[in-house]
Amino acid sequence: MSAEARFHARATRLFTCLRGAEVAFLSIEGESTDFARFNHAKVRQAGHVDRERATVRLIDGRRHASVTIDLRGDGDDAHLLSALVEARGLVAGADEDPYLLYATAPGDTRRVESGALPTPAEIVASVAEDAAGLDLVGIHASGPVWRGLATSLGHTHWHVVERFDAKVAAYLGGDRAVQTGLSGATWDRARWRDALATARTHLAALERPRRALAPGRYRVFLTPTALNDLLAMMNWGGFSARAGRTGASPLRRLAQGEVALHPSVHLSEDTARGWAPSFTDDGFVRPERVPLVTAGRHAGELVSARTAGEFGLTPNGADPDESARSLALAPGDIPSADALARLGTGLWVGNLWYLNFSDRPAARVTGMTRFATFWVENGEIVAPVPVMRFDESLFRVFGDQLVGLTSESEELPDTGTYGGRSLVGARAPGLLAEDFAFTL
Amino acid sequence: MLDDLTRIAGALRDHPAGARVDHFSVRWSRTRTRAWSVRRGVAEPPASTVAEGALVTAVVNGAEGWAATADVSVRGLAAALEVAAGWARVVGANALVTMLPTDVSDARGEFFGPGVGPDTGPDTGAGRGEPPVADLWAALRDLEARLRGGAAAVVDAAAGLDVTEVDQAAWTSRGGATWQRLRHVSPNLSVTAARGSESQRRSIGGGGGDAGTCRQGGFDLFDVAFLSGEAERLREEALQLLAAPNCPSGPMQLLLLPGQMMLQIHESIGHPLELDRILGDERNYAGTSFVTPDMFGSYKYGSDLLNVTFDPTVRGEFASYAFDDAGTPARREWLIRKGVLERPLGGALSQRRASLPGTANARASAWDRPPIDRMANLNIEAGDTPLAALIAGIERGVMMDTNVSWSIDDSRNKFQFGCEWGRVIRDGQLAEVVKNPNYRGISATFWRSLSGVGDAATVEVLGTPFCGKGEPNQMVRVGHASPACVFDNVDVFGGEA
Repeated sequence: MSAEARFHARATRLFTCLRGAEVAFLSIEGESTDFARFNHAKVRQAGHVDRERATVRLIDGRRHASVTIDLRGDGDDAHLLSALVEARGLVAGADEDPYLLYATAPGDTRRVESGALPTPAEIVASVAEDAAGLDLVGIHASGPVWRGLATSLGHTHWHVVERFDAKVAAYLGGDRAVQTGLSGATWDRARWRDALATARTHLAALERPRRALAPGRYRVFLTPTALNDLLAMMNWGGFSARAGRTGASPLRRLAQGEVALHPSVHLSEDTARGWAPSFTDDGFVRPERVPLVTAGRHAGELVSARTAGEFGLTPNGADPDESARSLALAPGDIPSADALARLGTGLWVGNLWYLNFSDRPAARVTGMTRFATFWVENGEIVAPVPVMRFDESLFRVFGDQLVGLTSESEELPDTGTYGGRSLVGARAPGLLAEDFAFTL
Repeated sequence: MLDDLTRIAGALRDHPAGARVDHFSVRWSRTRTRAWSVRRGVAEPPASTVAEGALVTAVVNGAEGWAATADVSVRGLAAALEVAAGWARVVGANALVTMLPTDVSDARGEFFGPGVGPDTGPDTGAGRGEPPVADLWAALRDLEARLRGGAAAVVDAAAGLDVTEVDQAAWTSRGGATWQRLRHVSPNLSVTAARGSESQRRSIGGGGGDAGTCRQGGFDLFDVAFLSGEAERLREEALQLLAAPNCPSGPMQLLLLPGQMMLQIHESIGHPLELDRILGDERNYAGTSFVTPDMFGSYKYGSDLLNVTFDPTVRGEFASYAFDDAGTPARREWLIRKGVLERPLGGALSQRRASLPGTANARASAWDRPPIDRMANLNIEAGDTPLAALIAGIERGVMMDTNVSWSIDDSRNKFQFGCEWGRVIRDGQLAEVVKNPNYRGISATFWRSLSGVGDAATVEVLGTPFCGKGEPNQMVRVGHASPACVFDNVDVFGGEA
């Protein structure tokens, strides 16, 4: 029996155990992942995770509670029933929730993206053979990731993405390194070798004598990967309806019209082009696209079901944390091939690292450069630059300091695995800006 | 329980899957987390999570593989062992480390943290001192109401309690068998005041990287009388911050209270001393370290006042245990003594790889992750200066507390940290409150500017459940105990106007 059929069969059996007016939501998140971790182009740790985590949410009138368990395979009907009974106990002790909101009209969606993933032997060979001569370190994660929702009201949603994520860094020594990677549904060894070949080219540039720069303001080109880290800071409460109303949003001044971004900035939650499921655990179906910033002006926000209940809003498919799952920044008009020339003289930044707010209401962010960062003169790479700390406001980088965006975007899957493999991602171009502040 | 473990290990050893590997180990855990929270006057829906499963490792011809499964029957563990052995065979000669028989633990023992015992497991409420749930809700409602206190400027407030109970066991083909039971208790309070587009937050607790009141123990750690006073204080401080000027800028003396010291220790001593970072394992993700193997035994990490210990034996601190997840018995070790670097944070395998001494700190975040080098309890030893004397000794400086922003480079050297709360110190006296206090520095030199260490009365035992690292990613609990400390000539600054 497939995971999908097993899930729906379990849900059907569980829902027969409901009493009176009880409503149950059964959601599941699962993965079957090969993980191989590398250092010095050898295998440091390798193994496999099989995991299905189920959440039983029980609603009785306006009281509700949830219980989450790991499914074992055999005996899970009884296991789920125990979770239901525990949830019943929690509901009995809970207050009525004035903000309770869930989709009452049944709906169904199904998205299954199959792939051709590498075998463990191919994963090991991709480093042991293809990275010969490189000091390579990193991770390869490969396997299906799935989400499901079934409710006693009749919702049936299923979402599977088969994907591999190889993310590695090649080191020259010390902190001189290039990060590269490849993600997709179908393992393509030729493309992987191309990625490594490009990394070798960048490593050659890193061998040049380094140039340490004094703190100050510099013209910069941020690659899509680096820019995505700044977008992630916007996404840390910036699009959340609740954060906007409780003083926690870094983009509050944008939402209130006190500041505007550059007219070329268009941001949206682009579910139709992402990896995230098109449904929420509350049973709502996400719109294909939610505009967030249009022509530099606040255009929308992400509203979860609970926030909608709390503030009298209409939910628009956001998860409880109200961060974008498939954030997209529209491209501009600078051909990527011209990025160095348009930078002229300044810093080409491949990666940023460890960002945080230094003044959240001002959307001021600090962080480091990491991996390949180069000093460029007259459109030519001159020297690698040691890591530098920046401290700059998003309102300026995406505002009057913005020179332009590249005309090509990159798909940037979140390869994070805290608590499980992520289905979050983003789409972003590169960004050219002037007067970007470096402080240390 | 040890008898049960021995029986399961025996069954696995006699299983065909066990017979086909040179060595194996099984690490099982069952973690139950419950959360109660009241926010803006409304109780959040209660939630409970039980994560249970096992990670099986197999060693074949010196190569190791692992497999994680939630099916913890002997049949399920045997199936996982087959998968782990398959990985070990695929890795084969491409293994970075050749495993030795002695890398598999033979340690045996039991450990029960404070507030739990062999007969007071996660599923038995009786005898654990757990209050009726109605009392918990009532206390949280009262705390949250105190946080708001009727102040119009308060736009958000929350009072919560997270309780996590962990049972973990490990057994090996070499006869190792350990069993540990712990309870982690994390009360948390937060309040946000706002005016226009300006907002300020004050908090205590385990959320979002804040300084933590997180401890191991019983429900008595949810000390409502203490927290009631804290709630009032936090509200008043949030309102004061809203009216306060920005922190001044420039080089000056910096007094860090334990709520910020824990972050300072964590980021610029703990992480750079992790031996797997020094060995390069983390270079693609968490990063490397400015510390190199040749520094141990001679490098002057800080001033003579700096004394740092790794101590998982502190009863009740957040990351206490008797055995790490590789089975190494835990004990207190000096990492830095009188400013001199003595040993890294490295588990038994890393110690062998680096030919360096280390600590019992191979830890896994959950049943589906293999252990790596982590912090546990990392503490700064108290000095002998009362807080009043520390303040009196500062001509021009700022006192900061409660971390709100943290950023450091991948070598754990150039950092910039921000706090929720700041007060100017002028001519040895505490002066005006300032908002958005930040400072930046370089680990390699910052600790050498340590000029004052508070006495035992200034020490707070804190912790956080949010230390992230590893590929695949792992989030673990850490404990940090620290006195208040003074640093000289630090680059301090505030926010924008």
